[in-house]
Amino acid sequence: MSTTIAEASSIDASVDRTVRRSAVVFTLGLYTASIVGALTISAILVSVTGGSWRAVFTALLDGSIRSAGAWGLTLDALAPLLVVAVGTVITTKAGLTNIGQEGQLLIGAGCAAFIATKLGGPGGVTVIVALIAAMFGGALWAGIAAVLRYWRGIPEVISTLLLVFIANQVINIGLKYRGLLLDTDRTNGNQNNVGTLLGPARRLPHLSLFGNQFSIGVLLALLVAVLVATALARTVFGFRLRMLGMNPRAAQRAGVPAVLAGATALMLCGAFAGLAGGMLLTSGPGYRITTGFSRSFGWDGLLVALVARDRPLLAIPAAFAFACLRTGGGFLSSAGVAGDIVDVVKALLVLALLLPPAVLFVRDRRRAQRRASEAT
Amino acid sequence: MPRTPSQHAPSVRVRGITKRYGTVSACADVDLDLRPGEIHGVLGQNGAGKSTLMKILIGLVVPDRGEIEVFDERVTINDPLTAARLGIGMVHQHFSLVDALRVWENVILGDVGRMDPAEAKRVVHEIGARYGLDVDPNARIRDLSAGQRQRVEIVKCLRRNPRVLIFDEPTSVLTPAESRALFDVLRRVVEEEGRAVALVSHKLNEILHATDCVTIMRNGRVVDTHRTADTDASSLARAMVGRDVSLRSAAAALGAIGEIDALGDDRANLAAVRATSPDRPGPVLRIAGATVRGATGSVALDGLDLVVRSGEILGLAGVEGNGQTQLGEVLSSLLRLTSGAVEVDGVAVESGRAGAMARAGIGVIPEDRHDSGCLLGMSVAENLVFDDPREVATRGFLRRDRLLARARSLIQEFDIVVSSPTAPMWSLSGGNQQRVVLARELSRAPKVLVAAQPTRGLDVGAVEYMGERLRAAADSGVAVLLISTELEEILSLSDRIAVLYRGHIVGEMIRGTYDLDRLGMLLGGRAA
Repeated sequence: MSTTIAEASSIDASVDRTVRRSAVVFTLGLYTASIVGALTISAILVSVTGGSWRAVFTALLDGSIRSAGAWGLTLDALAPLLVVAVGTVITTKAGLTNIGQEGQLLIGAGCAAFIATKLGGPGGVTVIVALIAAMFGGALWAGIAAVLRYWRGIPEVISTLLLVFIANQVINIGLKYRGLLLDTDRTNGNQNNVGTLLGPARRLPHLSLFGNQFSIGVLLALLVAVLVATALARTVFGFRLRMLGMNPRAAQRAGVPAVLAGATALMLCGAFAGLAGGMLLTSGPGYRITTGFSRSFGWDGLLVALVARDRPLLAIPAAFAFACLRTGGGFLSSAGVAGDIVDVVKALLVLALLLPPAVLFVRDRRRAQRRASEAT
Repeated sequence: MPRTPSQHAPSVRVRGITKRYGTVSACADVDLDLRPGEIHGVLGQNGAGKSTLMKILIGLVVPDRGEIEVFDERVTINDPLTAARLGIGMVHQHFSLVDALRVWENVILGDVGRMDPAEAKRVVHEIGARYGLDVDPNARIRDLSAGQRQRVEIVKCLRRNPRVLIFDEPTSVLTPAESRALFDVLRRVVEEEGRAVALVSHKLNEILHATDCVTIMRNGRVVDTHRTADTDASSLARAMVGRDVSLRSAAAALGAIGEIDALGDDRANLAAVRATSPDRPGPVLRIAGATVRGATGSVALDGLDLVVRSGEILGLAGVEGNGQTQLGEVLSSLLRLTSGAVEVDGVAVESGRAGAMARAGIGVIPEDRHDSGCLLGMSVAENLVFDDPREVATRGFLRRDRLLARARSLIQEFDIVVSSPTAPMWSLSGGNQQRVVLARELSRAPKVLVAAQPTRGLDVGAVEYMGERLRAAADSGVAVLLISTELEEILSLSDRIAVLYRGHIVGEMIRGTYDLDRLGMLLGGRAA
C-alpha cells in the first residue's frame, strides 16, 4: 500500500509540476494580452483625440522608471500601497471585507502628525512613536467597524466604507484647531486646512541609490510584506485566521473564537493602513497633513490586494505596477497630454491589471464547482 | 392480483445508454424497459449509476451514447420540458419545493398563463382523494413533514398526467408507515391506470415488496434483470454488492434483523450484561434536559436526556428532522442550549462556546462534512490537524516536517487514497474526505465520538469500513454516539438504541431485545 502511494505521489507530483507550469504560462499570457489590449485602446484614444501615442508611452515610462530619479519616486509610492494591500490580505483571509483603508490611513496619518508635531524629544524616537501612533489610530478606526459587526451585526463592508467619510471630516476638524493639527507657524501664508510642517529630524531617513532618493519606508514595507506572508502561512495564528475565512463553522468547532480573531484581523488591517498613512506623512515630499492628504492611496492599496489575489508576496509586484501608474501618470499630464485622456489611460491600465485576477477567480470557482458536482 | 403485464410493449425502452464523467463511467451500455402497469425496481448501491440513468430519462443529463424510445418512437431528451411532453415525470429524492409557498402554489409552479387558485386547489383535492394523497392545499410547505412534502411532489407530478413516473429513493425520509402508504399509491397508479413506474432504491425490502420486476446495477452497468417473484433477498444482495462483504453488512443490507441478532448474540449478551451489572462503566457523556428553542419559538430539542457509557455504541434512531441536526450542532459547539446541560466525565461543558466541546474530548464526524468537517481549500495535511494545529507547532510556528509526517502516518493508518499530503481537500472523493475527518477525530483520542449520518453518500466498502472503525473505537473505551436515520445502520452497529422524536427520547432498547414493531411505533412518535 505504502509503495503504491509513493509511486502515485511521484507520478502525481510530476503531473502537478506540468500543470503548474502551464498555469503560470496561462497567467502570464493573460496579463500580457490584457495589458497589450489596454495599451492599444489607449493608443487609439490618444491618436483619435489628436495626441501622439508615442509621447504618451514615453512619458509613462519616463515618469515611472526611465528618467533620472524616477525610481525613487516610484518606490516611495510603492511603500504605502504595499502596506495597505498586505493589511487587506489579512482581513480577506479571515473572511472579512474591509474596504475602508482610505479612512484608516487618514486617521493614522492624523495621529502620526499630532505626535510628530506635538511630542518633544529626539527626532528618531519621535518618528518611531509617530508611526506606532499611526498604527494605533488606524486600528482604532477599524475597531469601530469590528465593534459594530460583532455587537450589532452590521456588515463591516458597509461600516468601513462609511467610516472613510467620517475620517475625512475628523481630519478636517483637526485642521481647524492649532491645538490639534492646524499649522502652528503663523508666518505661513496659507493658514487654511494645512497641518504643521514636520521638522527635518522628524522625517523618515532617505537612502540614495544610483541617483534615486527614496525613504526607508520602502524597506519597512517589504519587511511588513514578508512578515505577514510568514505569519499567515507558517503560524498557528495565521492558520486559525485562514480557517475562519474558509469555513467559520469548522473554525468554531475547532475552537477559533470568531469575534476575537475577526476583530483582530480587522484591527490589524486598520493598523497597517494607519502605518501607510504615517509613512506617507514622514516620507514626504509634503511632510504635512492637509485636506485630501491620502490621495487615494487607501483605495489603490485595496486594488493592489485584489490584483495580488490575496497573496502578500505577489502584492510586491502588484504594488510596483500601481506605483508606476501613479508616477508615470503624474508625468503624463506634465508632458502635455490632456487631463481627461490621462485619466482614461490610467483607468484602462488599472482595468488591464484587474481583469486577469477576475478571469482566474471565475475559472477557479468554476473548476471547484465542477469538481464538487463530480464528487457527488 | 393481475400481474401479467409483461407482454405489453414497453413505454420506455432504453438501449446502450452510456454516460462518462472523465474516466468514470456513470452508465455503461445500459438497457432498461419500463412497461405500463408495472413497477420496475432499479436496485444498486450509491454510485451504481441509478440516479444518472434516471436523470437521463428526465433530461437532466444528456447521454454520450445510446438510444431511448418512448412508445416505440425514437426520442432525444435534452431537457426536463421535453421529458414532460413525452409523459415522463419524476419525484426527486431531494424535494424541489419552495418552503415559503403554499401547497397549491407549489403544484402549479412553472405553469404559464393566468393563475387560477380555485382550480389549483380543486386539483390538489381531487388527486389527493383519488390516490389517498391527502394534503391541505393551503398549508405552507415549511409546516409540512417530510412525508407530506413528498405527497405534494407526487401530486405535482401526477397533475401532468405522466405515463411514466420515476421515484428516486422515495422512502429515504419516510417513516415505515409512510413508506407503506406510498407503495399503496404506486400500486394504484400502475394497476388501475396502466402507468409505468420506475422505483430507484437501495433497500432490498422495498424492492422485494413493491416491485414487479427489478434491474440491478453495479458500477454503471446492468448486472441482472429479473421478475421480482423469481428472485430473493440474498441473490439480489449478491448481485448488488458483487463481492463478499462481511456478514454483518450483508445482513444489514438485507434489513434482516433476526439474522443480525443471531449474529450479534455474543454482543447482545455483553450489552445486556453491561446494561445491568453493577460495575458497568460510568457514563462518559451525559446530556440532561437539553432544550434548543429557535428564534421563531420552534423547539428543536425538547428536554433531551441521554447517557453514553465508555465502550458502547449508542444508536440514536429517528426520522430526519426530529432534532438530530441540532443535537450534532450542540455537540460541535455550534449551537447554544436554551436550557439543559452537557457533561463529559461529570464535568459540565459550556455549549455554544468555540471549541469547548472538542476541548472536553468530544470528537465529531458531522452530518455534512463540508459544513463543519473540512476545509475544502486547504491541504489534506492541514485538514488532518485543524482541530488543534498547535500539535504540529513549536512556539506558535507550524512545523512543516511534523505536519507532513503526521499526515503521512494517518493517511497510511486510515488507508486514505490521496496523491500526496499536500493535495487540496477538494480533490478527494467523498469517501476519502470522510476518512480524513474520521482520522482527525480519532487521532485526538476522544472520550466521546459523535458520528452523525457517518455513512451517508458512501459506497458499501466505505460503509463497512466506517462500521469497523466505530466498533473498534468503542472497544477501545470511547463512548460512541451514532446518530443515523438509516435503521439498518443503527441496528447493525449499536449496543443500545434510543429513539429521537420531536427533540426528545421516546424510548430505548438494549441489543438482544430489539423489537422492530415497537421501533416503528417509536419512530412514528407513539410510545410503545
